[in-house]
Order: sequence, then C-alpha cells, then structure tokens
Amino acid sequence: MVPMSAEPIVQIRNINKFYGDNHVVRDLDLDVLEGEFLTILGSSGSGKTTTLRMVGGFEQPTSGEILLGGENVADREPYERDVNTVFQSYALFPHMTIFDNVAYGLKMRKVPKDEIVRRVTDILALVQLTAFESRRPSQLSGGQMQRVAIARALVNHPKVLLLDEPLGALDLKLRKQMQLELKRLQRKLNITFLYVTHDQEEALTMSDRIGIMHDGVLEQVGVPKDIYEEPANRFVATFIGETNLFDGVISAVGGDIARLTIESGTVLGRCSGLKVGEMAAVSVRPERMRFSTMPVDGFSIEGIAREQVYVGSVLKSMVELPNGQEVRLERLASDPLPADGPVYLYWDPLDARVVQSPDQAVYGAVQTATFL
Amino acid sequence: MKLSSHEFRSNTLPAAITVIPAVAWLALFVAIPLVYIVVMSFCSIDEYYNVTFQFTLGNYANLLNPSYVQIYVQSLVIAALSTIICLALGYPFAYLISRTFKEHKVILYMLVIIPFWTNSLIRIYGWRTFLGASGFLNAALMSLHVVNEPVDFLFNQGATILGMTYDLFPFMVLPLYTAIEKLDEAQIEASSDLGAHGLATLFKVVVPQTVSGIFSGCIMVFIPSLGAFYISDILGGGNSDVIGNLIQRQFQSGNNWPLGAALSIILIAITLLLVKVYQCSGGDMESLGV
Repeated sequence: MVPMSAEPIVQIRNINKFYGDNHVVRDLDLDVLEGEFLTILGSSGSGKTTTLRMVGGFEQPTSGEILLGGENVADREPYERDVNTVFQSYALFPHMTIFDNVAYGLKMRKVPKDEIVRRVTDILALVQLTAFESRRPSQLSGGQMQRVAIARALVNHPKVLLLDEPLGALDLKLRKQMQLELKRLQRKLNITFLYVTHDQEEALTMSDRIGIMHDGVLEQVGVPKDIYEEPANRFVATFIGETNLFDGVISAVGGDIARLTIESGTVLGRCSGLKVGEMAAVSVRPERMRFSTMPVDGFSIEGIAREQVYVGSVLKSMVELPNGQEVRLERLASDPLPADGPVYLYWDPLDARVVQSPDQAVYGAVQTATFL
Repeated sequence: MKLSSHEFRSNTLPAAITVIPAVAWLALFVAIPLVYIVVMSFCSIDEYYNVTFQFTLGNYANLLNPSYVQIYVQSLVIAALSTIICLALGYPFAYLISRTFKEHKVILYMLVIIPFWTNSLIRIYGWRTFLGASGFLNAALMSLHVVNEPVDFLFNQGATILGMTYDLFPFMVLPLYTAIEKLDEAQIEASSDLGAHGLATLFKVVVPQTVSGIFSGCIMVFIPSLGAFYISDILGGGNSDVIGNLIQRQFQSGNNWPLGAALSIILIAITLLLVKVYQCSGGDMESLGV
C-alpha cells in the first residue's frame, strides 16, 4: 500500500481534449501519488488511452495543465518529459538486439558507456532475460517481448511509468502471470505506475487505486474496495462487477439511510449526499440479495423464482419481478430457491448503495451488467 | 496414374487456366527475348553487317574499347548523381506523404503519380522547351536583367542529370513511401519517449527500418538512368552519353546487333550484381518485388 502521506507526482488539472468536434476527455482532474499503482479503467472510446498519451506527450490537451513533479509539461515533447511508456504493441525496434533496445534511452541521454552496460545488465536480470540480450525482438515470444518493453522503459528510472494495455496481446494464462510480475516489479522498484486497461479484473488485481472513465469523464477514483462497495454513481455500479439496480425516487432520508420509492414498493439503502425527491437507484450485489418465501418485516419485493444454475461453490438464481425486471442472486448451494414459486426479496440496508441516477431513461435498458 | 475426367475438371483444369497465361506471358516477353539477346551477343557480323551465327567472344572483347569504357564511367556517374539527388529529395517527400492525413495525402500522392502516367518523352521535351536558348527560363532571366544573353542550360551533363532525376523521381518515391508507410507510428513515438529528438529518431529508427525501400528506390532509379538514352539525347545533346546511347547506336546507325546485345548483357549483369549486393547485405528480397 502507498502511505497516505505520499505526494502527487502527476497532477492532471482540468484537462479537455477535442478531436475536431469530438470531446474525448472532459474536465479531467487526477492526482497520481508517488509510488502508487493507479489504473484508469474504461471501455474502448472512454478516453483513457488519450489521457495516458497526453501525460506521455504524444497528444496535446486542448486545455488544462499536466504537472509532473510540480512542473507543467503539457506543451513539452515526449523526449523532454521524465516519463516512459510501455506501448500496447511493445514498439520494440526490430533492427536492434534486446540489449540495444533496452540501452536506447540511456544512449540518447548520453549516459556513460560503462553505466549503460551495468544498468541494462541489471534490468535484464530483473526481468529474467539475461540470456536473450543479443537476440532480436522477432526471436522472442510475446511474453518475452512484453518484458523487454517494460525493461526498456524502466531502465531510464522514469518518474512515472505509463502502461497502455500492455497485456492486451497476451493469452489469458500469461496475462495472469504477467499481472503478478508487474505488480512485483512495481513494488520492488517503487516506481509510480499509471496503467490503462479495459479489463476490470486486471485493474482490481494490480491497482492501489482505480479511476473509472466513461465517455471522457473520470467517474470515480478510489481504492478497489471502495469502487466495488461504494460506487459513486449508477455507471460505476454497473460497470464494476454484477449488480441489481432498482430505479426510483428518494422519498425519505434518515442519517445515511435513504428510502426509495420504486415501482415494486419501497426499499432502503445506504446513501450519502442525496436529497429527498432526487432520482436515484439502489444497487444491490447478487451475493448480498436475500430471499424469503413469505413477506418480510420492513420491506420486500415480490417475484417469481425462474432459473437456478449450479456453478460449484454457489447457486446463481434469477427472480423475475412483475414488471419483467430480472434480479440476480448468488447463494450457497445448500440454500436453493423454491422452483417457479413466489419469493420475497430483501436485503440489509447497509449492503445496498443508493446512487445518483439523473438520467434513468438512458440507463433504463441496462438493468444489470453481466460480468462473470 | 490416369486422371478421371472429374479430377481433371476439378483440379488440373482450374490450375492450368490460371497458370498458363502467366507462364506464356513470361515466356513470350521475358524468356524468349532474353535468350535471343544472349545468343545474339555471341554471334558475328559479316562485312555487310549481316548477323551470322558464328560463335565469337569478340563482342565482349570489344566492350573494353577505351572510348566505351569512358562512356560506362560517365554513365555510372550520371546514374549515381541522379540516384543520390532522387533519394535526397524523395525520402523527405515520401515521409511527408506517409505521415499526412487522408485528403492531403491523396494530393501529394497525385503530384507523384500524374507525371508518372504522362509520357516521359513529352515531359523531357517540355524541359528542353523550358530550358532552351529562347525558352521560358532564359526569357524570364533576360527580362529581369539577371543575364544579358541566353544561358546554355542544355546539352551538358547537368541537364541530363536534371532530366533523369525528374523522370525517375516517382520510381524513388513509391518504394520509399511503401516502406515508410509500413513503419508502425508507435516506433517513432517510442523513440521520442526514450529521449530521441527528431533527427536521432530519423537516423536510428526510421531509416534503418526502411533500408529495403531505399535500396529498391535506388535500383529503380539507377538502372533505368544507365539506359535512358532519349534523356541524354534530348537534354544532353550528345555531350553526356549513357550506356543506353551506346546500345541504341549499335542497333540503329551502328547496325551492329551482336555488339548491342553484348552491351545489353552487361547492363543486365550490373543490375543483377546490385541486387546480389543488396541481398548479401541482408536486404529483404520481397520488397524489391523479387
């Protein structure tokens, strides 16, 4: 973990980026703390790669500032910035040996020759590629090329390492292995990583903090647990993991518990900063959903149990509400739902999160994000 | 093994239909003329300059005639200078085309392609009109009082090199463009990311990865400029003969076809030699269209 006292090494201040009329990054503010592993997570077209490329210097922001170690670098060329990038395609130089690839940055910065040899040898040992130093990139496997790309960037001791979906081209098994290896490297060298991916499991596995990006907007930044359990809004709730959403209007707020009037009745959930009368949705994770065969004191929603799938450790069930909404439950296999019978769904208000849902019509179709 | 009619129709026939025209084309227009030239180069001529099928190495011995050797050297110098100028102008231009956005790319590309489609004899005569004693350039210079009498732009090696460079420029740009276009933009970004300025990136990353394009462009300019006799005729006026002029003369006024054939073989040999050098230096043969 990164100590709370860590200083921000990258400060992105109110960045906007337009491609013609296309507003790809909107009013983005983000601090990356020294030594942390921060992942920007988003689907394709969310603006996450553009944001990373602006930090690297490959794109200029239309407006805003990017401070690196306190200095505004928004207008500087990539070679004038103390950051290095690991490209998605690796971009290794095919006409050079592995050694020369890794030494390239040091040679360009006129580091003395014996120091180049020492640093390149050390970093190649660290990524376990010592035996490959005189080979060409085309003679390596995908995973090895990946490690060369990381070594080539890290050997320069950048203030921040930028990684643009670096594991995207690897197969699943290798990807999992590289995730752990990257995390290990990052801890060992104590270099700040700014990582971009669309793979939420990857983000949850590796990151100290995650920023969720959607349509050019950074929706929420937080530690993985907060992102999952305290989603800031409807998008984040559906984007990370699987959830059930019940749209409605806040009818009462008491402390940090709110009462929502939804189509099937009234329900409770935790809430912060929302007011009576606001459009909102309550998000309940499938594993937090409870059921009874009889109405429950407090609140419950009636539905019909439809499907149950046994997946080893748990049962995945589906309950259909009178309005057609499908609610997902995950339960222990020893506690099945009555087949095709009426059931009453409820939850502990502390297990549910009320999120702002200003534009329910847009999101209406998206009831649950299916992520398994 | 005997083929059933079905097997013939489904296997042999389609293969034959697709392959035969190509083979026939190659045989008719490449193999047969080449064999003809080779045979011719070993033939003799009688006192009336008729070709007789009597084996001789005399044509090849004649190639060492000092007046010919002088033209070889002159021709190689003209070709080399034309190639260097084409490369120096063509590389930045090809780079520019491959790195500009769509609409502008088409315009730049057309600037190369349209002259390429226009008859080269006409374009060379155009230069003669432009550079001549009463041509546009001299008229302009005199009316501006830069000079008092027409400058002799034509009928020297410089004019020939200008013509060669101009005529063969597309042959340099197109293979260069293809090679540069193939280069992943991320390579350039990676180089810059690692601290290299524009020029360092150009010479350490871009040029080394486009060597095949450079070489094929150079071959495509160098070889034709050894043979483009009409350019040295029209613009050089007999003062800057190339090997092509020698060959042309043997087949026309000289009426010594066997000697012309031997000269042609030398030209082919130079081409093959250059390609071999390229291959031995680790060049990628596919990018030459070989």
